[in-house]
Amino acid sequence: MREQPARERIRNYDEVPLGYSPEEAILEAQRCLMCKKPRCIEGCPVEIDIPGFIQFIAEDNFRDGINRLKEKNILPAICGRVCPQEEQCEIKCIVGVKNEPVAIGRLERFLADWEASQGDPELPPKPAPTGKKIVIVGAGPAGITAAADLVRLGHRVDMFEALHEPGGVLVYGIPEFRLPKSIVFKEINYLKQLGVKLYTDHVIGMIKSIDELLEEYDAVFLGTGAGLPWFLEVPGENLNGVYSANEYLTRANLMKAYLFPKYKTPIIKGKRVATVGGGNVAMDCARTALRLGAEESIIIYRRSREEMPARDEEIHHAEQEGVIFRLLSNPAAFHGGSNNWLKEVECVSMKLGEPDDSGRRRPVPIPDANFRVPIDVAIIAIGNSPNPLIPSTTPDIESGRWGNIVTDPETGKTSKEGVFAGGDVATGAATVILAMGAGKIAARGIHDYVMNQK
Amino acid sequence: MKIVDKFEIAPNVHACKVSATDIAKKVRPGQFIIVIPDEYSERTPITVADWNTGEGTITFIFLDIGSSTNILAQMNPGDEIYSLTGPLGKSFEIETYGNVCLVGGCYGIGGIYPAARALREKGNRVVCYSEARSKYLLYWNEKLEEVSDEVRFATADGSLGFKGHAYDLLEKDLGSGIKYDLVIAVGCTFMMYRIAALTKPHGMKTIVTMNPIMIDGTGMCGACRLEVGGTTKFACVDGPHFDGHEVDWDVILARRKAYLEEEIISGERHDYGKS
Repeated sequence: MREQPARERIRNYDEVPLGYSPEEAILEAQRCLMCKKPRCIEGCPVEIDIPGFIQFIAEDNFRDGINRLKEKNILPAICGRVCPQEEQCEIKCIVGVKNEPVAIGRLERFLADWEASQGDPELPPKPAPTGKKIVIVGAGPAGITAAADLVRLGHRVDMFEALHEPGGVLVYGIPEFRLPKSIVFKEINYLKQLGVKLYTDHVIGMIKSIDELLEEYDAVFLGTGAGLPWFLEVPGENLNGVYSANEYLTRANLMKAYLFPKYKTPIIKGKRVATVGGGNVAMDCARTALRLGAEESIIIYRRSREEMPARDEEIHHAEQEGVIFRLLSNPAAFHGGSNNWLKEVECVSMKLGEPDDSGRRRPVPIPDANFRVPIDVAIIAIGNSPNPLIPSTTPDIESGRWGNIVTDPETGKTSKEGVFAGGDVATGAATVILAMGAGKIAARGIHDYVMNQK
Repeated sequence: MKIVDKFEIAPNVHACKVSATDIAKKVRPGQFIIVIPDEYSERTPITVADWNTGEGTITFIFLDIGSSTNILAQMNPGDEIYSLTGPLGKSFEIETYGNVCLVGGCYGIGGIYPAARALREKGNRVVCYSEARSKYLLYWNEKLEEVSDEVRFATADGSLGFKGHAYDLLEKDLGSGIKYDLVIAVGCTFMMYRIAALTKPHGMKTIVTMNPIMIDGTGMCGACRLEVGGTTKFACVDGPHFDGHEVDWDVILARRKAYLEEEIISGERHDYGKS
């Protein structure tokens, strides 16, 4: 797929991959073997009829293609961009055994973008109302997916969002150059057209308790997402210039600090920025730093490139843009200069030892091999715990060791009658598509539950 | 949310009453809201100073101190605030303590008002210390008197009450043998630091309302982290009220200054309504 050249794109916030033309999409679609038993669908957490929509593209019938896609996936423009297809559907593609697998994600994105270029989307026929009322807490990927499935089953769906914009991590976390916000708002608008009522600025647990919601609604879905960021717990982490990834990205994306001072939320535009971590969020931070004008953007990761949890495409994009990788390094301390400002990070060199519980080789410190790197901004991107507000204000809901809400993986049911959950609040930090998959499972669980109520 | 009423109650200090039925039903003393005056503004945390459940309104006090609060200061009754979220944070623990001292300065005079009211209703003897540089910068004097057993004023120029700061007055009172079972301080960081330092040798339990830089305010971003008792705490969900003797004051004082340069740029580029 064509992309903005690395040298140009690090000066702007525009999207990096440019998308297929109709001709390119048709050619790519024609590579699909239309397997009788398609293995790609098994790899998809939301069970999209992949050969079905690809066949329509191959036949130059984009309208039926997008409709087929949207039967299972309400957010194709988003998933086409941020899903890890290479480890879900594309890894299972038979074409991929000998050649490059069919570019399922890019084709998905193509159809969604094509539909957006055609004016208002076609709405599915209105279902018969069930008379049931369901409330969704959190307008992120899990909540949006659950809302879409439930409203299409004929339930009345209200959705509460804590922030001033809907979208959750799609809006506060994932940067504009990877997922333009106009796309997210278009998808949310579609949800509203389907009949979902959205209320922003509502922090459930504070303005209304779960018990109060249960008085008004037949079922509650909790998709409250990520919570407090984890820190390394090394000296100097509270120096000025040390950010959590959540804070850095929220400033840059949700609050549009890259347009400061037109938008009034500031961000420290470091000259030498170090991001600690090896996931997609770390890549997003390191690439954002470049766009904010950093002369050097460094990733510090304690294992080797092979163990990095980020998608290959994200690592590749970061490398192309000039992000420097200091692998097998782990911060031991942040050192400050005058007035509590960050000046240096001190790292321990690591080597790989025996595999740990996750199957990845455990990083082991090498004695007396510390080194220091001068930096003025550090971003800690090592993950976060689930959002604490619902567990802390709802004592009768069972939560696990990490503060996550415990759910039945088959139905999304929590320990509290009528309350379901899914996404990061249940699993801890994961991906957009896994949250969407959890939203789908919970929607089914909720539908069964409310339809079997007296 | 619609502004119902708005007054400049002291130079640069504004009281803003907004229609917010659900928040008015839920809010407890010491909780805060996050206000975004217009599309371009910052998320600004502000303590709720008063509310009227019947009327469905809340009132908050803010200082016109940066470009976002200046936009709020320029708004009028009838205007819609772009975004207002709350209540957020924990409330003060309203128990029967006995003799309670509440120290308020700046926006904190509004901040201690609902705490005084609730603590007195709970049967405490409530003494408020209200401080400002000069008499004309004090506000809500009568309101405070209505909900307290005693209000002690401190002005730096001596134009009303004691000449000096609230901590000087409290120091004098403690020196003369007055004992408090609980001290609460709301206002600028330095004042709270001084109050905590003063009460520590007396072993008086002291709660301070921390005001670090905050963004989402819902336990997601981690910007508002503090060191309290040697561990990292988040003011938005763990606070904003902490034991003043456990807070690492150097960290909070330095972290509050993180954006001084950007504040100047924002201030220079802001349209103060003069054009």
